[in-house]
Amino acid sequence: MYNASKIIPGLLIFLGLVTFPFWSNLGRAAYEAPELVMPESEEECVESGEWMRANHMMLLDDWRDLAVRDNVRLYSNEMDKRFDMSLTKTCLSSQCHANKADFCDRCHDTMAIVPHCWDCHVVPSIGEE
Amino acid sequence: MALNRRTFLKAAGLTTLAGVAGHAAMEFLAPGELEAALSSQVGAFPEALTAQRWAMLIDTEKFTTMQMYQRCIDACHVLHNVPDIPGDQEIKWIWTDSFKHTFPDQQHGLLPERIKHQPFLLLCNHCDNPPCVRVCPTKATFQRDDGIVMMDMHRCIGCRYCMAGCPYGARSFNFWDPRPHINEIDPYYPTRMKGVVEKCTFCEDRLAKGQIPACVEVSEGALIFGDLENQDSEVRRVLRERYSLRRKPSLGTNPHVFYLI
Repeated sequence: MYNASKIIPGLLIFLGLVTFPFWSNLGRAAYEAPELVMPESEEECVESGEWMRANHMMLLDDWRDLAVRDNVRLYSNEMDKRFDMSLTKTCLSSQCHANKADFCDRCHDTMAIVPHCWDCHVVPSIGEE
Repeated sequence: MALNRRTFLKAAGLTTLAGVAGHAAMEFLAPGELEAALSSQVGAFPEALTAQRWAMLIDTEKFTTMQMYQRCIDACHVLHNVPDIPGDQEIKWIWTDSFKHTFPDQQHGLLPERIKHQPFLLLCNHCDNPPCVRVCPTKATFQRDDGIVMMDMHRCIGCRYCMAGCPYGARSFNFWDPRPHINEIDPYYPTRMKGVVEKCTFCEDRLAKGQIPACVEVSEGALIFGDLENQDSEVRRVLRERYSLRRKPSLGTNPHVFYLI
């Protein structure tokens, strides 16, 4: 191989940089899903808990577009239970996830996700932040 | 390894075939699994108020006291978390101005005293041909089938073309975070954030739940709201009986707020 003295160290440096996320996390605690405080009075979410965990952001995005742009505001789930398609009036209502800090924020903070929802939407139980 | 063109094309073809066949097999063996479809449904509230063309009449004869104007303005601004910012950065959904400024084409020196000195209630005219919608680069403002000119705050990029386009000054820009300027925030209506434009929406969220707009509700009959396409509606009946003006009709925007004189 021509120029092996330059290429091989170069490749090693490249591999080192590419694998940075792996070796920099060696020895650190593995990710643990944070403990969430569930609503006391309400058992059932809009959809199954497992589905919501994976898809709540898509659901909220669909709700947002349907309500604002198509004036469609009533959601009936698989059990034919009806919901107002509203983050503040349904999801964050006093019967459900009224405490954003103990529910929404726990995962979002752990995953370093900053949703823009609360730039405008107010959490009814705690008012503005 | 020497890879000639023939081998490469064969491998690429097989890979494509495997991908397509795999998806088809998945669809055949477990339909819908890939998209994880839900059997949920969406629709409108049964009690929702609907119309082919919403319009508002403002009976200027019934506005006899300053409190009446203020009641309409407060009802709207409190409900929609409209901040109270003085000066040229003010934010307003519904406000008042003089006859001279409201109907610049209609003024002359011999107007009746009442008209000359009376304030007129102003709001978004929900035009049939809205310039704001035409100039919006992101379709953040758009016209619904029932005529309401809507704002989608999620899409607004704050370019203010709509403010330049609107000949009625119905739009306000949030130069700052509005929350410190709101006396008491209603948690069930979102506030706005810095850098978006806002205006009256004919209370479309209230209509969806079967309620008339907030200003109409507190106006004691001075504001009339209804379907202009419905021959038997109150707005049509009153327009048949009373003379009405619209703001700057010569601009061709076809406004749908009518002033009964």
